[in-house]
Amino acid sequence: MPATFTRHPVEIERKDTGIGGKPPLDRRPTGGGGGDDNWDNRPSGRRGPRELLTRYRLGVLFALAGDLMFFVALVSAFFVRQSAGHFDARENYVSDWHALAVPPVLWINTAILILSSLTMEIARRQLFREIDVMDEWLGLGRPAVKRAAPWMVATFVLGSLFLAGQWIAWEQLVQQGFYFNSPDPSSHFFYLITGVHGVHLLLGIAALAGALAGMFILRRIELRQIAVDCTAWYWHTMGIFWIFLFALLAFFQ
Amino acid sequence: MKLRLFTTHHRILGILYLLLSLATVAIGTLLSLLMRIHRVWPDTPLPIIGLLKPEDYLALVTMHGTLMIFFVLTIAPQVGFASLVLPEQIGARNMAFPRLNAASFWIALAALLVLLAAFFVPKGAPISGWTSYPPLSAIPAAGPGEGAGMDLWLASIGLFCLSSWLAAVNILATILGERRAGMTWTRLPMTVWAWLITSILTLLVFAVLLAAIVLLFSDRHLGSSFFVPAGDLINGTIVGRGDGSPLLWLHLFWFFGHPEVYIAVLPGMGLATSLFANFARRDVPGYRIMATMLVAIGLLGLVVWGHHMFVSGMNPYAGTAFALTTMAIAVPSTVEVLGWLSMLTLPTPGGLWSSGPRFPTPMLFALGFLSFFVAGGLTGPILAQPALDSYLHNTFFVVAHFHMVMAMAGTFSIFAGIYYWFPLMTGRLMNETLGKLHFWLSIIGAWGTFFPMHLSGLAGEPRHYERLTGPATSFSGIVANERGITSAALFLAAAQLIFLWNVFWSARRGRPAQPNPWQATTLEWAPVAAFGRIDRGPYEYEIALNEMIFHPQWESASKQE
Repeated sequence: MPATFTRHPVEIERKDTGIGGKPPLDRRPTGGGGGDDNWDNRPSGRRGPRELLTRYRLGVLFALAGDLMFFVALVSAFFVRQSAGHFDARENYVSDWHALAVPPVLWINTAILILSSLTMEIARRQLFREIDVMDEWLGLGRPAVKRAAPWMVATFVLGSLFLAGQWIAWEQLVQQGFYFNSPDPSSHFFYLITGVHGVHLLLGIAALAGALAGMFILRRIELRQIAVDCTAWYWHTMGIFWIFLFALLAFFQ
Repeated sequence: MKLRLFTTHHRILGILYLLLSLATVAIGTLLSLLMRIHRVWPDTPLPIIGLLKPEDYLALVTMHGTLMIFFVLTIAPQVGFASLVLPEQIGARNMAFPRLNAASFWIALAALLVLLAAFFVPKGAPISGWTSYPPLSAIPAAGPGEGAGMDLWLASIGLFCLSSWLAAVNILATILGERRAGMTWTRLPMTVWAWLITSILTLLVFAVLLAAIVLLFSDRHLGSSFFVPAGDLINGTIVGRGDGSPLLWLHLFWFFGHPEVYIAVLPGMGLATSLFANFARRDVPGYRIMATMLVAIGLLGLVVWGHHMFVSGMNPYAGTAFALTTMAIAVPSTVEVLGWLSMLTLPTPGGLWSSGPRFPTPMLFALGFLSFFVAGGLTGPILAQPALDSYLHNTFFVVAHFHMVMAMAGTFSIFAGIYYWFPLMTGRLMNETLGKLHFWLSIIGAWGTFFPMHLSGLAGEPRHYERLTGPATSFSGIVANERGITSAALFLAAAQLIFLWNVFWSARRGRPAQPNPWQATTLEWAPVAAFGRIDRGPYEYEIALNEMIFHPQWESASKQE
């Protein structure tokens, strides 16, 4: 049985599911020690509603912890490079760091990315609505997929818009004469940080496309939940990373 | 067990990882022999290769270090042995993500092939050492091998970071999520504690190395100047484009590089604890303290990286801070060593022991590990003094130090693990006579190779000179010592042929192993996979009526009493 978020009020409001009767109000967990109750005896991956989900979430959590260190290293390099300089012939300390004014389009991009996190979260929650999940689990259609798919498409569109916006920001910088290999270290960092984050988001969009396809291909509802859930956590993390990176580029030049 | 490609079975993947390391260690050893021979006969042409040029010597140093540290000392003790036995040790059937485990193996293999390809590109392998300090590594024109060879090095290590990252995610998810009911934190074998800590370290530090590699790549090909200083002059041309800082690379690299040492050696420490308990037939005294000290070593290992940089132009005040943290790490290490010594020499609290420890080959190699860990560890606090380090840093003393404490301790623990777990890999035991012969020849050869390096280092022998005597330098006084080291190195390498023979012979013809041949208590030796809740500690041995009794973890405590 898959994992669900239990929301009793919703359950009570939906008197008629249209399939002949309302769902029971009091939940009766199996138990009593008889039969096939001991989940530990089942094969790995089928021990209870949350086993697989927890496993994959752990994996994503650890992978993202490593990814966080990747960005931490880049950010610390940013600060070190910012304070670097040398003494000229007259013993003056000179630095080649010139603050870069970030293109204003980044503000719009940031708003788009936050919005995409919202749509992603709505999509993720659809996969755990108890009634829909129970319907899917019982083989009565795919209401959760139907509810989540539009929100995932919306996230896909917003994510692509964000990447397009980043591209526009690069174009604007190029028009102002800041290339990746222009002598300013601040422009190196701008291109590098936005570029590396963009690659991460591109991976996120690929994962999103995979999850979207998976919703129609994967037969086990647990796997559909995992695909969307893990993509969503990755997506949110990239959103949070971007907010910090944007703050760094915009205010700590 | 059939060896099948593209498998997701954790034990077969473990064997594949170990074979990868075995192939690499063979190549790395050959490279080191070339170096040793070149040091004592620099003007003698070698067969096939011909006369080694100075840059060839540096390329050998670079490739030897990179191969050994990444593909042997990182892969074999951590993901190799973890794939082999970790799931069983915690009562799981497989890793949390079997396909991810396979993917990380194939990426590691790709990384190895990319690295080896560096030998065959024009101008050959990179010469900037396994640490790849800029500006040498940042400017393709800086030397032979710094063009295509260095790019391949970067690509290879980038892939390796990815592989280790995935492997660490897998190990962590396995340890945290897949333990059998009742397998509490204090019932974990010490190896599992070690893998837990090394995986956390891997996650934290390999990502930083990857970031540093991205920055270095950008310096080389995208015209940035993160690491190239202003006015950097190469072959009469100024290539410095801005105020980049080579020191930044050192910080990023050693933030990875120092924990990397613990990634290599902590699994060996966990394994030694297990083996001492197994063969001394006793519990681990202060299990909680021993486990906590492993964690403490891991955590302290994250804040000592600056001791590699005392002579790099780092602020001396920072050096003092790093000296303090470095000396602090001797405390948990000493606790571990004292714990092992008490396991080997003191009777158990509850009773006498009748016969003392047993000494089969895995136990001998664990003791060899201990000897190198102590001997190499003792020079650690010496090198942790910035004043002493400023003399010793660029001498062979440091080479001796890290070959003792990391290379030899790591290798001996890998040997211990292979001899110990061989029955799990092949169903057969390795030949005991050959194993003991291998051990004694190896330990004589290893001490004979690396101990005299301390003396050469104290006499001032520089680390990166390709020859000792010449127009500019003369260390003719230590040439005799160097000859001795080279002979010992050849002897040590020859002794490994016994091991190779033993592995391949025993895999086919060795004595078939009983279930649980070492009478161990940890779960990887459970004869049947089906057992219930764990309610025993990992090392429960006792003596009653002059008879040795042990309680494997797969036996229920309540059933017997």
